[in-house]
Amino acid sequence: MCGTCGCGQGERRVEDLHHHHAHDHAYHDAHEHTHADGTTHSHPQGPAEHHHHGAEGSRLLSVERDILSRNNAVAAENRRHFQTARTLALNLVSSPGAGKTALLVETLKRIGGKFPLAVIEGDQETTADADRIRATGVPAIQINTGKGCHLDAELVRSALVRLGTPENGVLFIENVGNLVCPAGFDLGEAQKVVIASVTEGEDKPLKYSGMFAAAGLMVVTKTDLLPHLDFAIDRLIENARRINPTIAVLQVSAKSGEGMDRWLHWLDTARALRLAAD
Amino acid sequence: MHELSLATALMDLVREEAAAAHAQRVTRLVLEIGALSHVDAQALRFAVDVAARGGPAEGATLDIQEPPGTAYCLDCETSVTIAARGAPCPRCGGAKLLVQGGDEMRLKEMEVV
Repeated sequence: MCGTCGCGQGERRVEDLHHHHAHDHAYHDAHEHTHADGTTHSHPQGPAEHHHHGAEGSRLLSVERDILSRNNAVAAENRRHFQTARTLALNLVSSPGAGKTALLVETLKRIGGKFPLAVIEGDQETTADADRIRATGVPAIQINTGKGCHLDAELVRSALVRLGTPENGVLFIENVGNLVCPAGFDLGEAQKVVIASVTEGEDKPLKYSGMFAAAGLMVVTKTDLLPHLDFAIDRLIENARRINPTIAVLQVSAKSGEGMDRWLHWLDTARALRLAAD
Repeated sequence: MHELSLATALMDLVREEAAAAHAQRVTRLVLEIGALSHVDAQALRFAVDVAARGGPAEGATLDIQEPPGTAYCLDCETSVTIAARGAPCPRCGGAKLLVQGGDEMRLKEMEVV
């Protein structure tokens, strides 16, 4: 349903991990009434209603609601859920092929059994990425968005019902490879982490400013390839900070292992902050 | 960004609000789409036209207000108006700007009968 890339929302599917039919529908229905979107909303039935007597007896209703308020409301529920479980939820976003899954696989291997981990994998088709994650021993579930080009809060909520939440640990949500659409859809994560590889252009942050503006951290991947490329990493960072002056930056190679210790340190610190905060 | 997705979400809101107000039909929608929201107003108009079909807002007039982007410049410590993310400060040319407004996407008002 995306005006930019022409995708639709049909055929959305959360992988059935256990092959028993835990139907989503009851879960959806139970939450249908929730509209705690936090936006100021003067209810049309309430006293705040404006009665404008325009043409043909029409009324003017003051609504003042965010267009994505439904998604934002579910995201807020997810966020409360993560807070209660003291789970650090990270929304990993990038263009296709930036190396999200490779970075994730290497990260999970290095964390080992130190704290609980789980992964939600978003892709339009196939369970290939979830299979790669599960090979590390970490629980993972695949969400296939069908024609959809991004994950939304409801998909994440449904996935968590089947996957379970890693309490006191880290949940990685690997979004669909796309730097445009996922920027506007809050999933309830603590932070968006944007991943940019050195094989992409240094001007990516300027071309896809919405995503770089929304992210708290940029991880520059595939740095082992730098000797073979005309890539000015400083310009990439400069452009990212032009869009988002407070964005943190890490440089890693999942292949050579360079920079992985700093990324793991960042994760440890972010997790410690989550554990410390109410 | 995501015009058809947004239009679909918008129609959900419109249906909800129209039902709550016991309205038969929606004749006008007023949206606020900030200049930094990454929404193309033209594409949104098209998408709303498609998404509204068969619902209470079919054929409704669509008014889109586009508030400008506002940002705080960390260099000259002033609130300024900007046309796009990544644009330099119009006062001092600085590049470190914190966006403060102009990224909203809201349904402000509806005219119903």
